[in-house]
Amino acid sequence: MASGVKPRVKVPKKASAGEAITIKTLISHKMESGQRKDSDGNLIPRSIINHFACTFNGKSVIEVVLEPAISTNPYIEFEATVPETGTFEFTWQDDDGSTYTESKDITVG
Amino acid sequence: MAQPILSQKTSPSAERRASREESVIKLASKSASYIALAAATVLAGAAMADPDEDQLVINGEIEIVTETKAPAHVENFDTIYSGWRFRSDETQAFEIDDFDNPGMLGVEAALDVWATAEGSEGKSCADCHGEPDEMAGARAVYPKWNEEAGEVRTLEMQVNDCRETRMGAEAWKYNARGMTDMVALLSSVSRGMPMNVAIDGPAQSTWEKGKEIYYTRYGQLELSCANCHEDNYGNMIRADHLSQGQTNGFPTYRLKNTKLNSVHDRFKGCIRDTRAHTYAPGSPEFVALELYVASRGNGLSVEGPSVRN
Repeated sequence: MASGVKPRVKVPKKASAGEAITIKTLISHKMESGQRKDSDGNLIPRSIINHFACTFNGKSVIEVVLEPAISTNPYIEFEATVPETGTFEFTWQDDDGSTYTESKDITVG
Repeated sequence: MAQPILSQKTSPSAERRASREESVIKLASKSASYIALAAATVLAGAAMADPDEDQLVINGEIEIVTETKAPAHVENFDTIYSGWRFRSDETQAFEIDDFDNPGMLGVEAALDVWATAEGSEGKSCADCHGEPDEMAGARAVYPKWNEEAGEVRTLEMQVNDCRETRMGAEAWKYNARGMTDMVALLSSVSRGMPMNVAIDGPAQSTWEKGKEIYYTRYGQLELSCANCHEDNYGNMIRADHLSQGQTNGFPTYRLKNTKLNSVHDRFKGCIRDTRAHTYAPGSPEFVALELYVASRGNGLSVEGPSVRN
C-alpha cells in the first residue's frame, strides 16, 4: 500500500429531491507516473490511482479511468442529482491492488 | 558596467500608462474610432497591471485582509497587498474552501505528527501545547526575539528547539517537508489574524540587517528584492505577475512544484533567479530577511497555507 493515501469527500448533508448537488473528492496520492528515474538512473515503478467510481444506493453515478499523466493528489469534482435519501459510495483503486473507500449519507427532504 | 536599470521610485506602472496615453494622443489626429480602440487597450492594460479587486473569505467564515495601509517604516508605497490579489481567479479559488486547498493536506499530515510522541522524553507537541488551536496567534508575531536564546527566532527554529530540548527528539532539517507541514499547521490556526512582528527593542539590529539585504543587489543580474517587489510590483516579469513579495501567505503551496514551500525556500529561489549564490535556508541572513519582509506585511492577515502559481 502506497504511503500517505487518504481519501476525502465533500457531499452536502441535505438536498431537495431531484436537485443537482456538487460533490468534491480528493485522494492524497503521489501518482508516480512510471516515467521518472531515480538518482541512479533506474526507472521508478508506476504507482497511481487507476480507477475511481461513485455509486448512489448501488447505482453507478460516475466511473473514471485515471492515466499516468494525472498529477499528485487527484481531485475529482462532479454533479449528481439526488432522487431520494441514500448513501454515496466512493471507491479508488490503486495500482498495487489496494482499494480505498469512503461513504456519505444524504437526506432528501 | 553596473547600470541601475530598475531604480525609479515612482510607480512604474503609472509611468508606463502615462506614456501609453501619450501615444494615444499622437494617434488622435488620424481617426476618432481609432482613439476609442486605443483607449480601450490602455484600460485593459491598466487592469492587468494592478492587483485585482477580489476579496478573500475562507470557508465562508475567515475574512482575510488582503489590502491595507502600509506600516510607517515602509517608505516607498502606501498600500500593501497580499500576493493572493496578484494571482488569476483560478488560482485564487483554491484558497476559498479548505477542501480545495492542497496545502491543507500538509496541515492534516502535521496534525497526526502533533499528537505523536517522539524522542527520549516520550512527549508529543500536544502534551505541552494541547490542541493546535491554542497556538493561534503565534504565526502572526514570528520571527520574534527570544530572550533566553538571545536571538531572533523563526517558527521553524522554535519548533526544532521544542523537539531537541523538550522532546529529546532529533531536529528536523530546516526546510524538510515535515517541518513545513508543521509551520503550515501553526499558520492555519492563526488565519485571519493581522501580521504583527516586532521590529524595535532587541530585534532591531536583526531587522536592520534584513533591510540591508532587502535593498542589496545580488547576482549577475544585479537585482535586489526591492527592484522587483517594490519598484515593479503589478508589472509582468515575463509570464509572471509580480506581487509585493509579502510573506503573510506562507507556507505556500505552489502549483509549479506541488508542495508546500517555506519562506526561506522562496527566498532561495528568488536569489537563485538573480544568478547569485544564495544563503542557506535557516541561515542568520535569511532569518533577518524574513523578519524584515514580515514587518513590511504588518497589518495583512495571516493567510497560510496559501496557494500560488
